Amino acid sequence: MLEVRGLHAGYGPFAVLHGIDLDVAEGEIVAVLGANGAGKTTLNRALSAVIRPTAGNIRFEGAEITGAGHDAVVRAGLIQVPEGRKIFPNLSVRDNLLLGAYLRGRPNRARNLARVLDIFPRLGERLGQLVGSMSGGEQQMLAIGRGMMAEPRLLILDEPSLGLSPILTEELFALIGRLNAEGLAILLVEQNVVQSLAIAGRAYVIEHGVVALQGDAAALADDPRLRAAYLGLA
Amino acid sequence: MVEIYAAALINGLLIGGVYALVALGLTLIYGVLHIVNFAHGSLLMVGMFAAWLMAEKLGVHPYAALPVVALGMFALGWLLYRLVIGRVSRGEDRAILLATLGVAVVLDNLFLTLFGGDTRQIESDLTFAVIELGPLLLSVPKVIAFAVSLLLAGALWGFMALTDTGRAIRAVAKEPEGARLMGIRPERIFALAYGIGIGCLGAAACLLLPSFFVSPHVGSVFVLVAFTIVVLGGMGSFPGAVVGGLLIGVTESMGGLWLGESLGPIGISLVFIAVLLFRPTGLFGAAR
Ligand SMILES: Nc1ncnc2c1ncn2[C@@H]1O[C@H](COP(=O)(O)OP(=O)(O)O)[C@@H](O)[C@H]1O
Ligand SMILES: [Mg+2]
Repeated sequence: MLEVRGLHAGYGPFAVLHGIDLDVAEGEIVAVLGANGAGKTTLNRALSAVIRPTAGNIRFEGAEITGAGHDAVVRAGLIQVPEGRKIFPNLSVRDNLLLGAYLRGRPNRARNLARVLDIFPRLGERLGQLVGSMSGGEQQMLAIGRGMMAEPRLLILDEPSLGLSPILTEELFALIGRLNAEGLAILLVEQNVVQSLAIAGRAYVIEHGVVALQGDAAALADDPRLRAAYLGLA
Repeated sequence: MVEIYAAALINGLLIGGVYALVALGLTLIYGVLHIVNFAHGSLLMVGMFAAWLMAEKLGVHPYAALPVVALGMFALGWLLYRLVIGRVSRGEDRAILLATLGVAVVLDNLFLTLFGGDTRQIESDLTFAVIELGPLLLSVPKVIAFAVSLLLAGALWGFMALTDTGRAIRAVAKEPEGARLMGIRPERIFALAYGIGIGCLGAAACLLLPSFFVSPHVGSVFVLVAFTIVVLGGMGSFPGAVVGGLLIGVTESMGGLWLGESLGPIGISLVFIAVLLFRPTGLFGAAR
C-alpha cells in the first residue's frame, strides 16, 4: 500500500535521508526504529509532504504521491499523528477532533466522532475543554483521535509513547493492536523497541538516514546487531 | 450636571462603538493570527476613500456601498497577503512587521499624491441627523455604526466558533504544522483571514464616512486605539473587542470631561494598565 524507493530528504542544504526503501502492505504494523537523530521524523515529514523529498519516490495505494501537496496526501488517507502531538492548544477537544475531519464530508463526521469517543471515553468528558490544560496521556489520545477523524487508510504514529507512564504506554500499544485488528495499516515509529517489535509484523532500523537493518520483527528482536545500531555503536 | 455626564457617557459609548468597529478586523488579524498589521490604519483610509469616491462620483450612499467596498477590501487584503505580506514574511514576525509597515508607507504616500492632504467629507442627510432621547442628542450615523459593530462582532464570533474555516484560522496561528498534517493549507487560511479582517475594515469605513472626515492621514486617528482595544479585549476575542472599544470610548469621553481635552487621553493609558494588571490576558482572554 505504501512503497518508498530511494528517498532522499533534508532541510535546505542539510541532507538527512540518503536513499530509504520501505514498504507497508495492507493491514500491516511496520515498526521504524532508530536512535535519536537517525532521521525517522524526517522520513515521516517527507511521507506527509510537509517537506519535499530531494530524490526518490513515494507511491500510496498504487498512485504516485511524490511531490503531491500535503493536502492531497491527507485526502488519499495517509494520516500522521506527529511527534510532539501538534494538537491545537488554543482549541477545545471538540474543535481539535472536528479539524481532523477538515477534508472529510460532513455526513461521516458524526459517525467518526462517535467512534473516536467510543475508543476514548475520556475525550468525551472533556469535549469543551481547551487542550492546553490536559495531561500528556489525554493529549496523546486526542492526537490519535484527531488522526482517526481524518479516516486514515494508513496511520503513521511518531513516538506516540513519548512522555507516557508505563501503564499508559501499555494501554497505547493495546489500542494500536486493536486499531490494526480492525484493518488499519500502521507505520509505528518508536523508541520503545521491545514493545514495538512485539506488536509489529516487520521492522526497519534507520541509522544516519539509511536503512541499517530490516526484516521480520520477531527475528530482529533477537538480532545482536539491533542493539548496536540502536545505540549508534555500529 | 447629571445631564452632562449622561451625555458624555452616551457619546463615549457611541464613539466606542466606532472604535470597536475598526478593531474587529484587527482582532482577527492581530489577536488571532498575530500579524502586527501596521497597515491597518492605511487600509481603513483606502476603504474610506473608496466609499467617498462612490458617493462623490456615482452618488451611492456609503451604506448602500458597504457590500461592494467590503468585498473590494477583502480582495485587496487577500492580494496583499498573497503577493506581499506572506511572501516577504515567510512566517517571521520581524519581517511581517516590516512588510505591513512598508504597505502602510506606500499606501499613505500613494493617496497623498493622488488626493492631496485635504480633508474631505460627503454631503449626506444623515451627517447631522440626531435622535432625541429626552435631553440627549444621539448622532444617527454613530448609532448605526454602534449597532453594526455589535452585529458584526456576533457574526465574526459565530464564524470563528462554528465553521471549519473559523476553526482552521484559530488553529494555523498556533500550530501550522499540525494543521498541515490535517490537510489544511496555512498560507491559504492566512490570506483568507487577512482578507476577511480587511473586509471588515471596509465595512467600518463605510459606516464611518457619514460622520468623519477623509484624508490620507485618517488612519492614524484609529490605529493605536485599535491595537489597544485588541489587547484590552483579550487578543482575539470579538466580544472583548466590543467591550474594550466601549470602555475606551467612555474613558476618553469622561477623561475629556474631568481632565480636559489635552489630558483626557491619559485615562485610556490608565484603564489599559489597570485592566492588564488585574487581568493580564485581557478582558475576555483565555486563561493561560
Ligand atoms: N527542522 C529542522 N531543520 C534542520 N535540521 C533538522 C530539523 N529537524 C531535524 N533536523 C535534523 O535532522 C536530523 C534527523 O532528525 P529527525 O528526523 O528528527 O530524527 P529522529 O526522528 O530519528 O530522532 C537530525 O540531525 C536533526 O538535528
Ligand atoms: Mg523523531
